[in-house]
Amino acid sequence: MDTGEFNTGQLNTGQLNTGQLSTGQLNTMSAEPIQAVDPMAPRWHRILQRRRENHDTFTLELTPVDQGAAMTFAPGQFNMLYVFGVGEIPISISGDPGQPERLIHTTRAVGTVTRAMSRLGKGDVLGVRGPFGSAWPLAQAEGRDVVIVTGGIGLAPLRPAIYQLLAQREKYARIVILYGARTQEDMVFRRELERWSARLDVEVFATVDRATSGWRGNVGVVTTLIPHAPFDPDDTIALVCGPEVMMRYTVAALEKRGLTHEQIYLSMERNMKCAVGFCGHCQFGPKFICKDGPVFRFDQVRAIFGKWEV
Amino acid sequence: MQTMKDLIAEHPFFRGLAPEHLDVIAGCAQNVRFQAGEFLFREGDEADRFFLIRHGRVALSTYIPERGAITIQTIGAGEVLGWSWLFPPYRWHFDARALEVTRAIAFDGKCLRDKCQEDPKLGYELMRRFASIMVDRLQATRLQLLDVYGRS
Repeated sequence: MDTGEFNTGQLNTGQLNTGQLSTGQLNTMSAEPIQAVDPMAPRWHRILQRRRENHDTFTLELTPVDQGAAMTFAPGQFNMLYVFGVGEIPISISGDPGQPERLIHTTRAVGTVTRAMSRLGKGDVLGVRGPFGSAWPLAQAEGRDVVIVTGGIGLAPLRPAIYQLLAQREKYARIVILYGARTQEDMVFRRELERWSARLDVEVFATVDRATSGWRGNVGVVTTLIPHAPFDPDDTIALVCGPEVMMRYTVAALEKRGLTHEQIYLSMERNMKCAVGFCGHCQFGPKFICKDGPVFRFDQVRAIFGKWEV
Repeated sequence: MQTMKDLIAEHPFFRGLAPEHLDVIAGCAQNVRFQAGEFLFREGDEADRFFLIRHGRVALSTYIPERGAITIQTIGAGEVLGWSWLFPPYRWHFDARALEVTRAIAFDGKCLRDKCQEDPKLGYELMRRFASIMVDRLQATRLQLLDVYGRS
């Protein structure tokens, strides 16, 4: 099958379109999506660990209550997390696809559901549906430079990709991570950023909008790192995730460096409800973010990207 | 050994500049080095130079009473620092302090202004390159004002 589709077994009605993935590409990944009975039925998961990332961002590590097989996923995919009596929301998986037994999500407490979720602790139970959506094109990036441009909590959906890139480091040329945050206190996964930065085979550049005391790094938005970042524009795949306005300017900066639209991948976010393309809440022009995305090659969405009403 | 003209030619800011113009501006340039913590210039002082950063990193900052020195932006290798030498009253608007050992090429502003007066083609080329940097920094400043990481 080379149509970009694969059968997760989760849908009785057909195949879940992963956008960039083909079966061959999936085979190069460390994990394949698991078989699930019904994509609309949550599976209970218990919170093993809750970790605070910064003042409003937290990470939950989950394990299935039924003690069955762990959920495998591809980097970039998301789950629907259900807080009983409150509601359900889409959250990207932020853990390591090579360690599917540790199902990890990172999110900010900004809405009703995430605020309720932030009050949960070890031992509490959530409903989980997924994994859904398309993945970062790590197979297509093999042999090339990979530049990751992200801001704020946008690093969370990219962290699984970084884990996989580093686990298969020999398959890629340069790996460059450009990360921006409002202040150093707003950064997420700070210890990991430092650990990646200490490696000799990864280049990490972080920047903040506002330098608070003790910050001796770069000051400026993340796009200011792009002009001098060490990658070959002719042979690079760019993975971009962050607020849409950040991605707009990031695409412009990458274009200025010489990348084509086919070399740039974005993770889009919309109000996803059903996660399988039934409800239409996340419609983005002719596409549904939940099943055609969230990861898109830029040329696939360029015509509608940045439009007010699509 | 690389000449000053070679060093200027390989810096991204002057990439593609005509050889005759490189010869002219090299006459206004010198190599400089700053230790970490050393100031390249101070707010309010006469803006008589600009810098092509070759290695290291410089913080542009301003002092706010009771808050201390606030860094507005950092400028690193491959970038250009300073345009106040181009416009009256030729005064720096910020402090520039090396965050680490920084090597740069410093250009004498008065010398360059005189050369540009004599050769409008060179003047246009310089203004074109500085205008591009100004636009990029204006856009980046607007993005900073938008607080783009606030929601995702």
